[in-house]
Amino acid sequence: MAEMDTSSSGGKGKHQGTKSKKQSTRVDMTPMVDLGFLLITFFMLTTTMSKPKTMDLIMPKDTKDEKEQNKVKESTALTILLGKKDRVYYYEGLAQDPNASANPDFFKATSFANKGGIRDVIIKKRDEVAKARNAKGEPEDVVVIIKADDEATYKDFVDILDEMAINRIQRYATVDISDQDKTWIRQTEAANAGGSK
Amino acid sequence: MPKVKMPRKSTLVDMTAMCDVAFLLLTFFMLATKFKPDEPVTVVTPSSINTKLLPDSDVIMLTVDKDGRVFFSMDGQPKRQKLIQDLNSQYKLNLTDKEMNNFTIGASVGTELKNLKTYLSMKPEERKKAGLEVGIPTDSANNEVAVWIEYARSAQGGNPRLQYCVKADNGTPYPKIKDILDTFKEKKIQKLNLVTNLEAPPPGTAAALARDEE
Repeated sequence: MAEMDTSSSGGKGKHQGTKSKKQSTRVDMTPMVDLGFLLITFFMLTTTMSKPKTMDLIMPKDTKDEKEQNKVKESTALTILLGKKDRVYYYEGLAQDPNASANPDFFKATSFANKGGIRDVIIKKRDEVAKARNAKGEPEDVVVIIKADDEATYKDFVDILDEMAINRIQRYATVDISDQDKTWIRQTEAANAGGSK
Repeated sequence: MPKVKMPRKSTLVDMTAMCDVAFLLLTFFMLATKFKPDEPVTVVTPSSINTKLLPDSDVIMLTVDKDGRVFFSMDGQPKRQKLIQDLNSQYKLNLTDKEMNNFTIGASVGTELKNLKTYLSMKPEERKKAGLEVGIPTDSANNEVAVWIEYARSAQGGNPRLQYCVKADNGTPYPKIKDILDTFKEKKIQKLNLVTNLEAPPPGTAAALARDEE
């Protein structure tokens, strides 16, 4: 006979006939599934599903011409200063008068906290200014002036720009920090350090 | 009463369906995966509520790590080749073809122009060890970031889709960012993209309310 019995039980002489055993067509798929899931896990872990997002930043042109420069009213302005260790300082108006700090409530410190932080300040100022009317009787827009201290980090900068987006502030500008502002930050820091001891 | 005879069932489960699902998922992940491009430094970007996607191509990217080192990268090998050839001829860097090719197929560079030749002749792993990855200088006396931007822009050849991206770490000091922003300003580039992660707008705020209305 041309058929070969390759089954292990063939040698024992039990199946003497030429009738071959009917083999199941089923294949054990467990290792294949194992491998499949292993690869899935690998690709799931290495894949970058969340693509980075971008924030548009449109910077103004430098213009020497005074006519093209926008004037900001003292009453509609809110100045925000970014200090070190994620501290935020703010005051209303532009503080062109150096004696403004004589008022102890003028220069205030806050944080990026969700509640009771800089966001509440921005919202309050925005709503206050929206009640005011300009010469044409239109609602005024708040103008936020952002000044970052040298010790501020990029995170603070993005966070404050994000606050503008969160609160739908249309008009804001980043301005170089003045020496006066730096002095105020140092004084507040010193006062806070003294107070906590 | 007759005894109820429970037929003995096989414990073998048919795994064909499971196997099908597994391989379907596998195919999906294989096709959807885009491996992270190797970055010279790890940068943890801040989060913002912006949902605009970072484009895949036509991007000039400046990566700033938390120590303020600036790295330059750009996509598109032909453009990179043109960029390095221009830089080579203009600054007389005496780069060999091999070094230029290293730049073309490489990822990002972050060194001074005067060290560029040594930098490109090394393998990426050696660069870190040699201490050459000091970042591209941004100070006003030797503003090489401006040089890179200028040459990259000309290599892009007036591409209308070109975007300038700044990817900086949470801890990058602000003065460094300001230097870079000022450099862009000098080059009359007003529109920039800051790379951020996505976070949900805080509930109750104007942005969250506006999003709900959409």
